[in-house]
Amino acid sequence: MAAMAKQTSTTAKPATGEPIVQLIGVNKWYGEFHVLRDINLSVNKGERIVICGPSGSGKSTMIRCINRLEEHQKGRIIVDGTELTNDLKKIDEIRREVGMVFQHFNLFPHLTILENCTLAPIWVKKMPKKDAEEIAMKYLTRVKIPEQAHKYPGQLSGGQQQRVAIARSLCMSPKIMLFDEPTSALDPEMVKEVLDTMVSLAEEGMTMLCVTHEMGFARQVANRVIFMDAGQIVEANEPNEFFRNPQHERTKLFLSQILH
Amino acid sequence: MAVQSLSGGSLSYVQARQSDPLPPPTLVRGPIAWARQNLFSSVPNTILTLVVLYLLYLLVPPLVRFLFIDAVWTGADRAACREDMAGRPVGACWAFVVDRIGYFTYGAYPVAERWRVDVWFAMLAFGLGWLLWLKAPRRDIGAAYFFIVFPIASFVLLTGWRAIGLEPVSTAFWGGILVTLLVSVVGIVFSLPFGILLALGRRSKLPLVRLACVIFIEVIRGVPLITVLIMANTMLPLFLPAGITVDRLLRPLVGVAIFASAYMAEVVRGGLQAVPKGQYEGAMSLGLGYWRMMGLIVLPQALRIVIPGIVNTFIGLFKDTSLVYVIGVFDLMKTIESARIDPQWAAPTVSNTGYAFAALFYFLCCFGMSRYSLMVERRLAAGQRR
Ligand SMILES: Nc1ncnc2c1ncn2[C@@H]1O[C@H](COP(=O)(O)OP(=O)(O)O)[C@@H](O)[C@H]1O
Ligand SMILES: [Mg+2]
Repeated sequence: MAAMAKQTSTTAKPATGEPIVQLIGVNKWYGEFHVLRDINLSVNKGERIVICGPSGSGKSTMIRCINRLEEHQKGRIIVDGTELTNDLKKIDEIRREVGMVFQHFNLFPHLTILENCTLAPIWVKKMPKKDAEEIAMKYLTRVKIPEQAHKYPGQLSGGQQQRVAIARSLCMSPKIMLFDEPTSALDPEMVKEVLDTMVSLAEEGMTMLCVTHEMGFARQVANRVIFMDAGQIVEANEPNEFFRNPQHERTKLFLSQILH
Repeated sequence: MAVQSLSGGSLSYVQARQSDPLPPPTLVRGPIAWARQNLFSSVPNTILTLVVLYLLYLLVPPLVRFLFIDAVWTGADRAACREDMAGRPVGACWAFVVDRIGYFTYGAYPVAERWRVDVWFAMLAFGLGWLLWLKAPRRDIGAAYFFIVFPIASFVLLTGWRAIGLEPVSTAFWGGILVTLLVSVVGIVFSLPFGILLALGRRSKLPLVRLACVIFIEVIRGVPLITVLIMANTMLPLFLPAGITVDRLLRPLVGVAIFASAYMAEVVRGGLQAVPKGQYEGAMSLGLGYWRMMGLIVLPQALRIVIPGIVNTFIGLFKDTSLVYVIGVFDLMKTIESARIDPQWAAPTVSNTGYAFAALFYFLCCFGMSRYSLMVERRLAAGQRR
């Protein structure tokens, strides 16, 4: 961990190794509405992907398919060597390996911060309570809010809640982290604290898929930026190239709208 | 001070003289002010106040006179409660209740064995206290006691078991408050878990489970409790293999439990619907399976939301248990009904006294439940603000 933290520029580190997430010809419909069209995406271990695109383009749907919060109807999704099928056991196994951070945090309001963090390790991983609390405190310290451990989520600011949500996911030692617009529900002054946490996570080599419109974050940590529109991956490129030299009209239009 | 020092200067915009204090607002405090603000603030309000006061005047004094002033507190038989024999106006005949309190409490449970019922009352109070006292130590053991140990112990204690020296007592002899509490507790203890299961089933993804739960809930809710009780009484034996007889007290217990479960299911469903989708997703994304997600995340929040509805159902159930008398079970109401026509206590006010006693008993229990739920709600609201 220490060696990784020393690293100065994260983009310099090439993501090597075998694919850990693969989407092959994935299609999904909501009734008649074709929300994902022929999605092909392969994410290598340690890779950091930023997904952007207009609202309603299917970004959330796509990453939610990766931990089966949504079901795809056609194509294959393989996560860490396991294909997602209707097998409930496999789905729970994959969810253990895949952490997810939501736009609205989704912390459990009836549990303290510490209990939020220890719940899954205790009940899913069968970890003794003491060990789980130790790990939880370690991650709460990492997201810089160990002193809030005994408060309830409702007593924390939005930025703090989102950092707790990140710590809660990390307590399961996931191999992959999914972020669905983690900063869009935050007041502007809290965005940075959450992004900083995500950057430090990236620096440690976590495999990350982030739906976000924080282009500074994308430039700093992403290996690849993916642009989605109308349920398709329109363009995917290394960030400098993506921002300097977008290939498609739709990408250009979108970038002009968000980077005035 | 500042005003004084400046008053001699040339600052024309500064007030030269300290202004007099405003007169104090008239009558903001005190009972008269309160009455003026709240009871006589307008003409319709004043009329309403007067009407209510008049109704209270009509109702309260006679009630107080009947229940307390003219009441007879001691006496061995009807002689004490008859105006012609007592030689004074007679209100409530509490002597009758005092004389028959054993019957009202235990029914025809053999006098020599009534200590067993007393032990049962104590066990019930102990278990309830443990569960209801929010800060009690080890409430998990309390729950295990109440839901596992207590039912088994109750069964052995009340029905008897020769091997340990407890004479069997047929349920035909049970009665009074014992039966009222027993039916209520069984209804309450069963309706919550079954109601939760039914509510979950109604929201299940499995069509057959969903259909079964919907049919069960809607059929039971669409039928009066009396019908359910009569059906439990006459039809339950038909469903069972010949030769197996169902205890006459067990039948209404089953009926009440089924009836209450269907109502509870709808209350719980309301709570489940109020839990945001994000809570389910947060739990699923951590790898929690269905039952853990429900048990640890969704239900604790859902049940908290519907505490008022749950308690409301309990209160309704508690009072509705008085209907078991239609199938010949001697609950509190039925014991009063049969005691009040006893010639030994034939006096004009005996019946009303019996009913007043029942009303008091039911009211105290229900009011207690209502107050307790308010207290819990307030406590929970203070615990975690969103
Ligand atoms: N549960 C659903 N049922 C029907 N349509 C949905 C559902 N969820 C999302 N959609 C539709 O799918 C499209 C993609 O949604 P989403 O993936 O949330 O987009 P994004 O995250 O890119 O804004 C939107 O048009 C949305 O209205
Ligand atoms: Mg979205």
